[in-house]
Amino acid sequence: MNKKPPRPAKAKSTRSVPRRKLGPFLRMVWDHKIVQKVETRTLTLADGTASTRPFSFQLVNFTALFLVFAVFWDMIVGAYFRKTSLWLFFRRVPNFFNILEKMVTTLDFAYLGNIIDPLIDTVQMAILGTAIGALFSLPVAFLASQNIVKNKAVSGFFKVFLSLVRTFPTLVYAAVLAFVFGYGTLVGVIATSIFTFGIMTKMLYEVIETLDLGGFVAIEATGANKVKAFVAAILPQIMGSFLSFSLYNFEINIRASAILGYVGAGGIGILLDENMSWREYGRIGVIMLTLFVVVILIENVSRYLRRRLS
Amino acid sequence: MHPDILKAYQSRPNHTIRNLILAVVFIVVIGWSFETIVYSGINPNGVIIAKNILNAMVHPNLDWLLNFNRSGTSIPWLMIETIAIAFLGTLLGAILAIPMAFLSARNITGKVVSGGGNTLISIIRTFPYFILGLMFVRVTGPGPLAGVLTIGISSIGMISKLYVEIIEDIDKGILLALDATGATTFQKIRYGIIPQLTASFVSAAIYRFDINVRNATVLGLVGAGGIGFTLIAALAVYRWNDAAAALWGIVVVVLLTEAISNAIRSKLVSG
Repeated sequence: MNKKPPRPAKAKSTRSVPRRKLGPFLRMVWDHKIVQKVETRTLTLADGTASTRPFSFQLVNFTALFLVFAVFWDMIVGAYFRKTSLWLFFRRVPNFFNILEKMVTTLDFAYLGNIIDPLIDTVQMAILGTAIGALFSLPVAFLASQNIVKNKAVSGFFKVFLSLVRTFPTLVYAAVLAFVFGYGTLVGVIATSIFTFGIMTKMLYEVIETLDLGGFVAIEATGANKVKAFVAAILPQIMGSFLSFSLYNFEINIRASAILGYVGAGGIGILLDENMSWREYGRIGVIMLTLFVVVILIENVSRYLRRRLS
Repeated sequence: MHPDILKAYQSRPNHTIRNLILAVVFIVVIGWSFETIVYSGINPNGVIIAKNILNAMVHPNLDWLLNFNRSGTSIPWLMIETIAIAFLGTLLGAILAIPMAFLSARNITGKVVSGGGNTLISIIRTFPYFILGLMFVRVTGPGPLAGVLTIGISSIGMISKLYVEIIEDIDKGILLALDATGATTFQKIRYGIIPQLTASFVSAAIYRFDINVRNATVLGLVGAGGIGFTLIAALAVYRWNDAAAALWGIVVVVLLTEAISNAIRSKLVSG
């Protein structure tokens, strides 16, 4: 019984994975069809039936990953050690642990008094940035939801705009805006709110697009316009997610705003920057310890509230 | 209206007081936060600078944006360097996170050890990566290698946290079944545990890779390589067109890596 087994490639091609817009050739490579045509392994079992199993793609994936890795490795690590000797590198490794050790052993608790104000600034920046960003995200999420705004061009435009907004980290916004608004916490608030706006809106329109629009359509049928119907039918449904997303973003923002001081946006980052360049590692240690306590505290409160919301 | 409907409507749960308290708390907290803003009036220079920046975004320095050579003024080169930093860093973090995660998984090491591991994970997660960057710059000198080490160590926290959740979700039935076939410990790990973890682990690492690309774009600020240094240097001397070239570079890098990692992730899910 040596009949030729059917090609598993045929069966695979019918799977219902959404196709990406790649060229036909790229798509064949992506689906590993080319390799699949080259080799399928056939096994003859004890009772004589032939069994094929598809070529294992792990090898192909691994080779691709390794090639990328080798190129990048040579670009950064290779280039570095072509200029610096391995010996010099290992001689300087203790620098890292020395700093770490100083942070822990020379904890400067007298510095605590200088920390409180900038720390409160940082928290306030995160709160305000989250609140403003969340506020603006609601109407734009409405405009970007395909099932509410039937016009594909409008919702598509907002989606592209939002993905552009999301590309820049908070720090880049702060670095650029510091030139416009001058140094200070205002820049931090604006940068945080732009970043929050980008993420929140995406999360919200993804929720809105999965909603059951029965109520919305019913209210529209009574003669209400879209905005009124949105407020009456959609808003109550997404309010829980909205608050939960806001808290989640607040957690992200509190971590992000701790370093905003580096580009002049106020908060605890200024102290981190100063003391790092003065090599006052004991103070850095105290700042980080306080930051750790505050972040963990806020995170746990926020997680508790989010659990209650869902 | 039908009396039954009316009755049901009137006996609906009353959340007014709860909502009122929540609203008051939110308003008070947000109102309190406003004290952080010191409004010093509109800076007339600011308006001009904003105009210049927006204008520069439309006319970026094309020479920088399109030139490809190994220097700090070639945006394509810096883009590749940024991706390389994020890639190698994520790989380093993903590998170092494996022992960390197994130590911190409650179903593997028990309550005490896993508690300690989880505290360590939280500490790494709150450690600002800028500080880590400055510390590594003092080991390797300024350059992309410091960026790789920074990204690697700073992503251990989040990646191991994701790994721990995956490990704690492990299906033990498979191990029982392998036991029944007489598999050795090594075989149980090879055929019972590793196949369960690989796809989820890779997916978690890719998730962090997206974040690392964004972090790598700003690490240049502390001298740890990537596109960020060019951006900050151009901003510092008010060369908006050069800064705009770097900003567009960041846009391309982030969107490109996001598209690639989304494609790989959806392939991982579909098998």
